[in-house]
Amino acid sequence: MSDQTTAIGRLFRTPWLGPLLALCLLYALFTALAPDTFARQSNLLTMLRQTSVVGIAAIGMTFTIVLGGIDLSVGSAVALTTVVVAECLRAGMGPGAAAALGVLSGGLLGLCNGGLVAGLKISPFIVTLGTMSILRGVAKGIADEQKIDADPRGLDALMQSHAGSLALPPGVWLMLAATLFGVGLLTYTKIGRQIVAVGSNTETARLCGISIPKTTLFVYALSGLLVGLAGVLEFSTLTVGDPTDSVGLELEVIAAVVIGGGSLSGGQGSASGTLVGALLLTVIKAGCTHLGFPNWVQEIFTGFIIVVAMSIDRLRQRAR
Amino acid sequence: MSESAAPALLHVGGLSKSFGATKALSNVQLKLGAGEVHALLGENGAGKSTLLKILAGTQTADSGTLELAGRPYAPSTPQHAQALGVAFVSQEPALCPDLSVAENILLGTLPGRYGFVDRTQLEQRAGAALARVLPEGAPLPDLRQRAGDLGQGDRQLLCLARALAQAECKILILDEPTSTLNSSEAERLFSVVRELTKSGIAVLYVSHFLEEVERIAERYTVLRDGRFVHSAKLAGTTRSELVKLMAGRDVQELFPRSARSPGEVVLDLHELAGQRLPISASLTLRRGEVLGIAGLLGAGRSELLRALFGLDRVKSGTLRVKGVLGPASPARRLAEGVGLLSEDRKGEGLAETLSLGDNITLSKLESLGSFGFVSPTKRNAIARSYLERLGVRARGPEQLARDLSGGNQQKICFARLLHHGTDVLLLDEPTRGVDVGSRADLYRIIDQLAAQGNAVLMVSSYLPELLGVCDRISVMVRGKLGPARPASELSEHALLLEATA
Repeated sequence: MSDQTTAIGRLFRTPWLGPLLALCLLYALFTALAPDTFARQSNLLTMLRQTSVVGIAAIGMTFTIVLGGIDLSVGSAVALTTVVVAECLRAGMGPGAAAALGVLSGGLLGLCNGGLVAGLKISPFIVTLGTMSILRGVAKGIADEQKIDADPRGLDALMQSHAGSLALPPGVWLMLAATLFGVGLLTYTKIGRQIVAVGSNTETARLCGISIPKTTLFVYALSGLLVGLAGVLEFSTLTVGDPTDSVGLELEVIAAVVIGGGSLSGGQGSASGTLVGALLLTVIKAGCTHLGFPNWVQEIFTGFIIVVAMSIDRLRQRAR
Repeated sequence: MSESAAPALLHVGGLSKSFGATKALSNVQLKLGAGEVHALLGENGAGKSTLLKILAGTQTADSGTLELAGRPYAPSTPQHAQALGVAFVSQEPALCPDLSVAENILLGTLPGRYGFVDRTQLEQRAGAALARVLPEGAPLPDLRQRAGDLGQGDRQLLCLARALAQAECKILILDEPTSTLNSSEAERLFSVVRELTKSGIAVLYVSHFLEEVERIAERYTVLRDGRFVHSAKLAGTTRSELVKLMAGRDVQELFPRSARSPGEVVLDLHELAGQRLPISASLTLRRGEVLGIAGLLGAGRSELLRALFGLDRVKSGTLRVKGVLGPASPARRLAEGVGLLSEDRKGEGLAETLSLGDNITLSKLESLGSFGFVSPTKRNAIARSYLERLGVRARGPEQLARDLSGGNQQKICFARLLHHGTDVLLLDEPTRGVDVGSRADLYRIIDQLAAQGNAVLMVSSYLPELLGVCDRISVMVRGKLGPARPASELSEHALLLEATA
């Protein structure tokens, strides 16, 4: 009996339960309102594909936010990655090498962010506000302020689904894999628990012998690798390197984490919740589009959902 | 076996430490024997914290010798100190609220392979560590529970278990361990400490509560102004002797009492109930008197003050302030001349990152200029006058509140109430974490306020203080406030009996 109540209690306290319910409700709502278009299986596939870039970057952001940090440079880093991949391809590299370099460049940018945060002890908000502008500038500089056309040499297949086939494109699989990886890392590994510890109470973590700078570097670098991967997928979607792409993407990414139960003061957040958050954002967008709402309605609705999600979370926290 | 023949487990000699021009410690000595509980006494600023920090590895001494079990002891970091067998449990239980109980205990040495945490081993080892710090037969708390959901007492035990689990512990340093505990939790802690000393662990016990020290410790060392004053057995030393050693003055001077003459009723409560606590509180408070509220932690005393001040909602009952009924909000109460001194000085009472001048004038900025402007000159002048009047040890009005000791911080909180011109003062644990010397100052301030015709309602867990300062005392038991009786007819024993009924 007591086991059951605690099990139910734990379930009730799972922070992404609410967003998951909201996701199902909205899905049902849009299905009812636009049964011919929204409910189609091909649309489900499209929505999953559209979530991939935000979703993968958001898994990275989950680590950062659980650590108690933030990364505003995600949008710029994604744009820079598309430019890097395009330049690599144009230089004659194979698709695998170009993609790998894209991912690595994301990791390197993350490492720089982490180094500034850990080394100079500047608040991550300020550091990444700076690098957001720097990276955007670098991307434009490399690309000479133009889109870079390059033969994708098969990289575009990462985000393609084939007509008539319901097989998931590789990009969606990557997003699901990243989520599993995130859940496993944060829940079952030492480094994961140390990340939660630092975000939860930095002083205690330090007292217990956890190196704050090392953990910070690890988290930003790992997060950067995932941003790099998101950038490769973005290139796959665009099939050009675009230095002006993904402006404001970081806000969508942060929203996904926060809707999924992440706390900006650190210590709380989960990869599974983040995936739910990212999906929720896509469903709202797609649903509005299918119902023929203009863009501005979508934006208001999305903002509304974020605020409502946060209010519910506050109530839930107070209830315990 | 003579005392001098037994080698001390910890030997500190000629220890000195300076910060710039100020000497925090000069030529301090301390001897700790295996299996003893040794009380380290002294006012705030006496050098206790500096000594503790050196022992715990957060600071290094300028000169002097440190020996642990006959070998030189020079910890470079807290982790190093822990590895050498010196564990430190700080005043505020420091833990990661979002991790589980088991993870908190073994944080830093999480068991596992290939980077994965071994949950079975984790819970086994954490359970064993917790069992060490629980009285025999006590049930183990849920190891998978979120540590942030634990009560203060359990948090303390968790920190204790962690300190003991990290390495083989030889010396345990407890800094004000009971300041956030209720009496049953404190009792549990005492029995745990006794158990630990049986296995040869030496405990260095720092506390402001002398009653507690007399019960738990065998020997004591007193520091004053960074110097060693005295060290001896507690048996045969009276409490007033201890206070005299610490403060360098007599205890009789602690509670001054001027002539007070009760006047009109300013606060009239009839069966007041809050959302959860208090359940029922009736009282009348007059000008020129100090009314005390005794009771256990969690009895609902702070909640009563918060409801009076409009911070928490009132569920039922009537509340008249100076004869007026009406809705409550902090702004309205302040306008009515009612002020609250919070029990949570760091969290609520002070804006720690602001200057003393800002803190003193915060509730009444309109006194600093007109048309919404504030004059820094005026602010500093006002602040300076209060710093002088209340005897605050500070560099000046521009100093940050966080740099002051607990006692001086509390004087700043008082100064804000005085500057606002409040004449009904709700004081919640006004001397918590305040050293003996500053306490005497605070008691003098309270006495003066009452003598000048202000009304004071004071919640305290420190019974000698209630008996010494108040005219009448009520006891709150599980949310219900008892009748107020003259302090002269009450004793510590009687209050304790009523509070624990």
